[in-house]
Amino acid sequence: MKYKFEIICMLLIVGLFVLTQVVGNQFYFFIGFVILQYMVMATAWNILGGYGGYVNFGSAGFLATGAYTAVALINFLDIGLVEQMIAGGIMAGALGLATGYLTLRLRGVYFAIATLALAIILETVVAHWDYVGGAAGTSILPKRKPELFGELIVDRKAGIFANYKEYLFFLMGTVAIISVWVARYIENSKLGRGLNAIKDSEEAAECMGVPTLRLKLIATTISGAMMGVAGAPLASYLTFIDPLSAFNLEYAINAIAMPMIGGTISWAGPVIGALLLGTAQQVSSLWIQSELNLLIVGVVLVVFVIIAPEGIIGWFRKSRQGSGR
Amino acid sequence: MAIFIDLLLNALVIGILLGGFYAALSIGLSITFGLLDVVNIAHPTMLVLGAFIAFLLNSTWGIDPILAGIISTPFFFILGWLIYQVYYNVFEKSGAESLRGLAFFFGLLFIIEVGLIIQFGVDHRLVEAPYIGQSWNIIVGQEIDVAIPFRLLVAFVVAAIATLAIHAYLTKTFFGRAVRAVAQDMMALRLMGVDPIRVKRIAFALGVATAGIGGALMIIVLPIEPSLGRLYLGNVFAIVVLGGLGSISGTLLAAVIIGIAESIVATFFGPSWAPAVSFGILLAVLAFRPEGLFGKTAGAH
Amino acid sequence: MSEALLKVEGVSKHFGGFTALSNVTTHVSPGERFGLIGPNGSGKTTMINCVSGLLRNEEGKIIFDGQDVTDLKPHKRTGAGIARSFQIPRPFHTMTVIENLMIPAEFVGHHRGEKGDDRAEAMEILETMGMAEKADDTTTDLTQIELRKLELARAMAAKPKLLISDEAMAGLTGQEVDEVIDILFKMNERGITIIMIEHIMRAVMRFSQRIICLDAGQLIAEGTPEEIVKNKDVERAYLGSTDG
Repeated sequence: MKYKFEIICMLLIVGLFVLTQVVGNQFYFFIGFVILQYMVMATAWNILGGYGGYVNFGSAGFLATGAYTAVALINFLDIGLVEQMIAGGIMAGALGLATGYLTLRLRGVYFAIATLALAIILETVVAHWDYVGGAAGTSILPKRKPELFGELIVDRKAGIFANYKEYLFFLMGTVAIISVWVARYIENSKLGRGLNAIKDSEEAAECMGVPTLRLKLIATTISGAMMGVAGAPLASYLTFIDPLSAFNLEYAINAIAMPMIGGTISWAGPVIGALLLGTAQQVSSLWIQSELNLLIVGVVLVVFVIIAPEGIIGWFRKSRQGSGR
Repeated sequence: MAIFIDLLLNALVIGILLGGFYAALSIGLSITFGLLDVVNIAHPTMLVLGAFIAFLLNSTWGIDPILAGIISTPFFFILGWLIYQVYYNVFEKSGAESLRGLAFFFGLLFIIEVGLIIQFGVDHRLVEAPYIGQSWNIIVGQEIDVAIPFRLLVAFVVAAIATLAIHAYLTKTFFGRAVRAVAQDMMALRLMGVDPIRVKRIAFALGVATAGIGGALMIIVLPIEPSLGRLYLGNVFAIVVLGGLGSISGTLLAAVIIGIAESIVATFFGPSWAPAVSFGILLAVLAFRPEGLFGKTAGAH
Repeated sequence: MSEALLKVEGVSKHFGGFTALSNVTTHVSPGERFGLIGPNGSGKTTMINCVSGLLRNEEGKIIFDGQDVTDLKPHKRTGAGIARSFQIPRPFHTMTVIENLMIPAEFVGHHRGEKGDDRAEAMEILETMGMAEKADDTTTDLTQIELRKLELARAMAAKPKLLISDEAMAGLTGQEVDEVIDILFKMNERGITIIMIEHIMRAVMRFSQRIICLDAGQLIAEGTPEEIVKNKDVERAYLGSTDG
C-alpha cells in the first residue's frame, strides 16, 4: 500500500477527535497536551540535531517565541488559535533562520552557544516588554465563542469541542502528527541525505557537492518554526504566560533528552522518547517535586549518551541483528 | 557633561576590575577549550557550583570565601579528572563537535544547575566578609567621584594572582609546556616519553579546578543564583575566543576588554544587556578575526 | 597549446602571521597528469584547499575551465567539475559504501541536470576499484586501502573534469601503491585531469607528466619528472643544503 503511513496519520487524527468527544475526564487532555507538545519539540529538535548534527540548546527560546507571538496577537488582534500557531511558527522560523545565518558558518559548538545565548537574550527582552506582561506575566482569556466557517468550535453545548482543553489537545495532536510526517518526509528526501552527510563529515559533504550552508539553514528554519507552532498554544493552555513558564528549563532539557533517549536516527525516536519520558514525568510529578523530576531527566540523558548513544531504537536494532545473524 | 565623564570613568574602572574577575572565570575554559579543544559548556555552571560551596562554607562556619575557594579546589580537580576520564573514553574519538559530546556537557550543566536549585532554591545568595560592602572613593576635581568597591578590588587582585600563577605554570614548568604542546603535537610528546592522555587529563582537571577560586570570587562580586551558569556562557566563551584559542595572556586582555564593554553598556543602557554585548562580541570576532587577538594560527589540516 | 583547465594565478594564503602560500602561479592542462610535491608543511594541502574552495586565498585567482572560481563555495566548484579526495579519509560513516557514492551522484549529477541510474553508475565505479562486493557494507569495517579507494571512488562519482588525489597512498604497501596508481591511470585514460599530491617519489615519478615542487609556501621548481629529480632546489628543500 503506497500511502500507508499517510493513512495511519489520518486515522490517528480522527482517533484524536473521537477521544475528545468520548472521554470525559479533563485530566487526560491536560497531560495529553503536554506530551504531544513534547513530541513536536523533540521531533523539531531532531531534524536539526539528529539528522544534521547541530545541537540546539535554546529550544525554550523558540517555543517561547511562539507563545509570546500568540500573546501579542491576542492582545492586538484577537485572532483564533490556528492563526496564532501559524504566526508563532513564522516568527520562530524567522528567528531560526537569522540565528543560523549568523552562526552556521562557524563550528557546531558556536551554533550551540548561540542558541543558548539567544534564549537568555529573548527572556530578557520579554521580561522588559510590558505589552505582553513583562516579568510578572499576563493572564489570557481565550476567545469566548470561536468560530470556523460558521461552526462554533468551542462551546459547552453546541460547539465541536466542549471546552478549550479538548480543542487544544486536538490541535496539538494534529500538529504532532503533521510534524512526524514532515520529519519522516525529510528523512527520506534529498535534504535528509544531505543533512546526514553533513553530520558525518561536513567538509567532505561540501566538497562532494552538498550545499551545506543552505541545507543547514533550511533545517534550522523548519526546526525553529515547528517549535514556534508548538509554543503558540501554551498561553491558552495555561491561561497565563510569564517568562518563567515560557522559557522553562524543562523544555530545554526534554527537547534534547527525548530524541537522544528515543534514538536520533529516525522520526520514531523522538516519538518514543516523548511518549516514554513525557508520560513518566507527568506520572512522577504527582509524587515528587518538579525539580527532582528534571534532575532525573538530566541524569538519564547523560547515562544514555554514555552507554546507549543510539537510544532505544539502537537497542532494538542491535538485539534484532544479534538474533538474526 | 561632568556627569557623563563621571559615569564613564566609573564604568571604565569597574570594567577593568570586572575584567580581572572575568579572567579568573575564563582561564579554566582557556585551558579546556582553548588548549585541549574540549567543549566544556558546563564550565560556568561549575563556577556557580564553586560559588555555592563558598556560600555554604561561609554561612555555616563563617569561613572567608577566598579560603573556601582554596579549600574546594582539590574537589574540583578530582571532578575534572573524573569527567575527562569519561569524556576521553567515550567521546574523544567522535570529535569535539559531536552531538554526543555537547549533549554530555549540557547534561552536566543541567544536572549541576537543577541540583543547586533543589539544594538552595532560586533565591539570590550573598556572602559576608570584611571587604564586602565598602568602597574606596577617588575624587577628581569638583564633580567627579569614582567609587571603587572593595569587593571588586579584592576579586581583581586575587584573580590577577591566580591567572598569573597559572600563566607562569604553563610557560615555565615542564608539565605546563607539555600541556601547551599536547594541543599541537601529540606524537612529539609520545616520542619524548610523555603520555599525552595523562597530560590532557591533568590539564583538564586543572581547568576545572579553577572553579573553586573562580566561584568564590563570583560570590564576592555579585549575588549568585543557580541559572548564572547559563548567563555567563556567552561571556566566558567570548573571552576565550577573543583572546585567541591557546593563548592565556590573550584571555587576560580579552577579559578586560569585555569587562569594559559590558560595564559601559550596563551603565548607559542597563545591566540586562550584558549577555547580549558579550555574545555580540563573540559573533563579531568569529566573523572578522576568528583567531582572536593572540591565537595560534589555524594551520592547514 | 589548448587553454589550461586550471590556472592558479598569484595565489597567497595567510593564517594570522604565518604565510602558508606565497604568490604561487601555475597551470594544469586538460587531460594532464600533474604531480605536486614538497616537504611537510610546504603548503601542498593548503594549495589544494584553495583550489577546491575549503580555504579562501587572500590574494590571487583560481580559474577553472575558463571561469573565475575564486569566490565560489566548494560545492559549487564541485558542480563545475573539481573533485578531491582527503588525505585522512572522511567517509560518511553512517552510510554504506555505495550510499557514499550516491551523495555526489545526487547532489552534483542532478544539479547538472543529468539523468541516469545513480546506483548503476556508482556500482561501475566500485567495480573499477575492485570494491563491488563491498557496496552494501558500512565504512567502519573497511581496511586502509579500501578507505583510500572509497575516497577516490566518491570523488569519481561527482563526474569531475579535475580530480585531486591528496596523498592517497601514504602508509600503503608497495603493491597497494601500484594498485592505486593503476586506478588513477585508468581514470586519466577516460579523460579526467589528475593532480596527484604525494610523498612517495616513485609513485609521482611513474605517474606524472609534469611536476611542481613547493617549499615553505613558494613554488621552487616546475618540470618533467626527469628535470625535477635533477633540480638542486628540490634537493635542497627535501634534504637541506647540498653543500657539506
